[in-house]
Amino acid sequence: MAVNYIPRRFNIVRDKERCIECGCCVRQCSNECHYFEAGGTTVLADSTNCVACHRCVDLCPTSALRIEKHVCDYRENANWTPQYQQEICRQAASGGTLLSGMGNPKPYPIYWDKILLNASQVTNPSIDPLREPMEIRTILGRKPEKLTVERKGKAITKMPPQVVVETPILFSAMSFGSISLNAQKSLAMAAQNLGTLFNTGEGGLHPDLEPYTDRAIVQVASGRFGVHKDYLNSARIVEIKIGQGAKPGIGGHLPGEKVNVEVSNARMIPEGSDAISPAPHHDIYSIEDLRQLIWSIKQATGNQKPVSVKIAAVHNVAAIVSGCARAGADIIAIDGFRGGTGAAPTRIRDNVGIPIELALAAADSRLREEGIRSQISLIAAGSFRCSADIVKAIALGADACYCASAPLIAMGCHMCQTCNTGKCNWGIATQRPELTKRLNPDIMHERVENLITAWNHEIKEIMGGMGINSVDSLRGNRLMLRGIGLSDRELAILGIKHAGE
Amino acid sequence: MSITAALRRYEEVNDEIQQVLLTKQKAVVHEVNGQRYLGCALDAGKTLEIHGTAGNDLACYLNGGKIILYGNGQDALGNTMGGGEIIVHGHTGDALGYGMRDGQIYIRDNVCCRGGIHMKEFRAMKPVLVIGENAGSFLGEYMSGGTIVLLGLHLKRGQKLFGSHCASGMHGGKIFVRGTFPKEHLSPNIKVVSLSAEDQKELEKYVKNYCRYFHEDYESIMKKTFKKLIPATARPYANMYISN
Repeated sequence: MAVNYIPRRFNIVRDKERCIECGCCVRQCSNECHYFEAGGTTVLADSTNCVACHRCVDLCPTSALRIEKHVCDYRENANWTPQYQQEICRQAASGGTLLSGMGNPKPYPIYWDKILLNASQVTNPSIDPLREPMEIRTILGRKPEKLTVERKGKAITKMPPQVVVETPILFSAMSFGSISLNAQKSLAMAAQNLGTLFNTGEGGLHPDLEPYTDRAIVQVASGRFGVHKDYLNSARIVEIKIGQGAKPGIGGHLPGEKVNVEVSNARMIPEGSDAISPAPHHDIYSIEDLRQLIWSIKQATGNQKPVSVKIAAVHNVAAIVSGCARAGADIIAIDGFRGGTGAAPTRIRDNVGIPIELALAAADSRLREEGIRSQISLIAAGSFRCSADIVKAIALGADACYCASAPLIAMGCHMCQTCNTGKCNWGIATQRPELTKRLNPDIMHERVENLITAWNHEIKEIMGGMGINSVDSLRGNRLMLRGIGLSDRELAILGIKHAGE
Repeated sequence: MSITAALRRYEEVNDEIQQVLLTKQKAVVHEVNGQRYLGCALDAGKTLEIHGTAGNDLACYLNGGKIILYGNGQDALGNTMGGGEIIVHGHTGDALGYGMRDGQIYIRDNVCCRGGIHMKEFRAMKPVLVIGENAGSFLGEYMSGGTIVLLGLHLKRGQKLFGSHCASGMHGGKIFVRGTFPKEHLSPNIKVVSLSAEDQKELEKYVKNYCRYFHEDYESIMKKTFKKLIPATARPYANMYISN
């Protein structure tokens, strides 16, 4: 037997007194950790392939299972941590590029946790959202430089297309292929009921999603999968995907194994073929070229759809955002380096890009300095864990926020970070029929709606506490923010004062 | 119905074309000077005849319509085209037929870099790109379906059939090349094979169309041998990654 060099990550612990040998865990685990003893009825477990997704734990009828970290000490070394040693062994055995799922898990600073929110006392009283109107409706799209109003008070300036969403929370791009159709459907249904939008990613539009296209943002990425006239015209917003926070400068690659008949239909490529979206769009080598693609979409849609440009948060993000705005983007989505993904090279995910907090503040400041902030909508993306993160993002300058990981967690995701394997036991990041059928859109859309409804209310409560009754008054209102434990430089980039100031 | 483009903005010209095509099957535009997006998403049954130099993104998202260009095209001609036919009596710029999924493009002369990049096919949709003279570098990059025909007509001494990195990342489809070609410019994953009887039949169809459109002599074109370039493996990047 070949030596593995890498100890397992987890131990499956079975309480033998509770276990009734029903075999539920055996049926549930796509990593084949649980099994019946040869020729017997006793359930055993091999923890080698356990990813701690908790499917067996959560479904065990007698709560007999738990997962614990497998502790296997190496000699102390702050530099050569077990992780680096194990990754070297993985590459030594395979020669492969390391591939991971979900967002950057490294302990970089999370600025949301270093920003505190304001609340009113005495002079500007707080507002009770339970009894007073509180507006979180958001309108996305390009706004004219100025509005001309005729005598009777009617605006005569021609308005570019606008999209109204009932909450500043949108669902970020996740393609059919990276996630299952049932997961996409759950988000589409939730978007419709919540009055917000979901995003098809670069995987085309499956016919089952047609009833929801009025709530869809469709993407045009470098591979142009499933992009055609009707696709562009069916959506509410068309988004050009330039970059993604989890893998800036890197394209997408859906391996042929995941391109089953349904995925092939949506992407309009043969079954089993690799779907490669290279890093660059080969018709875009400059801001002028981006302008060309933006206006080609506007031409193809009769100027009826706002065009969004999604970029990854990288070092020069403010200048890039300014360029996108001037190229004609109506909406610009900035994706921070903690944003999730179905698969990204580990080294890219963990080392490339910058946090959304800094990118958003820098971009908003730059657009304001240039006097063009009011013309475009800014969407922030890249890991919002709760409603407070969203309030902070809006106060830093976002019009709306893209959320993906949170609704996935609502649907069962446990952040095991192995989406790339296609074995998702929760039926989310997989195309295997026996796994995808575990995710029932009729139930899951309600869980997602519950989550966003709860966050909506929390946003209203926080706003009310600040004495603000409309999300428009919160947007870019950095006076509502204070830093805690941040350097002068960080405060300057965020454009906020320190707590106590 | 004839439209004059001259120095007008593309929006205006395109609007006028659309107006004409609401009631007529064909529109003709004269004095085109680089106006972009002409024939954008043109539907089946409609024809647009263009005289002059068409600007970038001619016939982008073409939706079954027909475009005849008497003059040269610029960049991204037939961008993300979904069907129809484009006939160019001249040469074209970079990224010709980017991501085209169906339909046919005939270019009388040569094309610049990245012709046929990301061409793909889906079931009955099989895009075809026929080039009369030669092509720049990265021809058929990331190609995953469809057919490119490169005829190499009228090449002068020293001119090569295609530039460097031909078919880089190609993982589907085929490229028919006529006569001698620079083997050193082929990407590592590409195999050179002879045409099957079926290939020959398919090729003849396209060459006949080319000759009909541009008045070339079919017999003399077919005298030279054609070879077929195909990817050695359909999954060139299959073993690149290790799950971490």
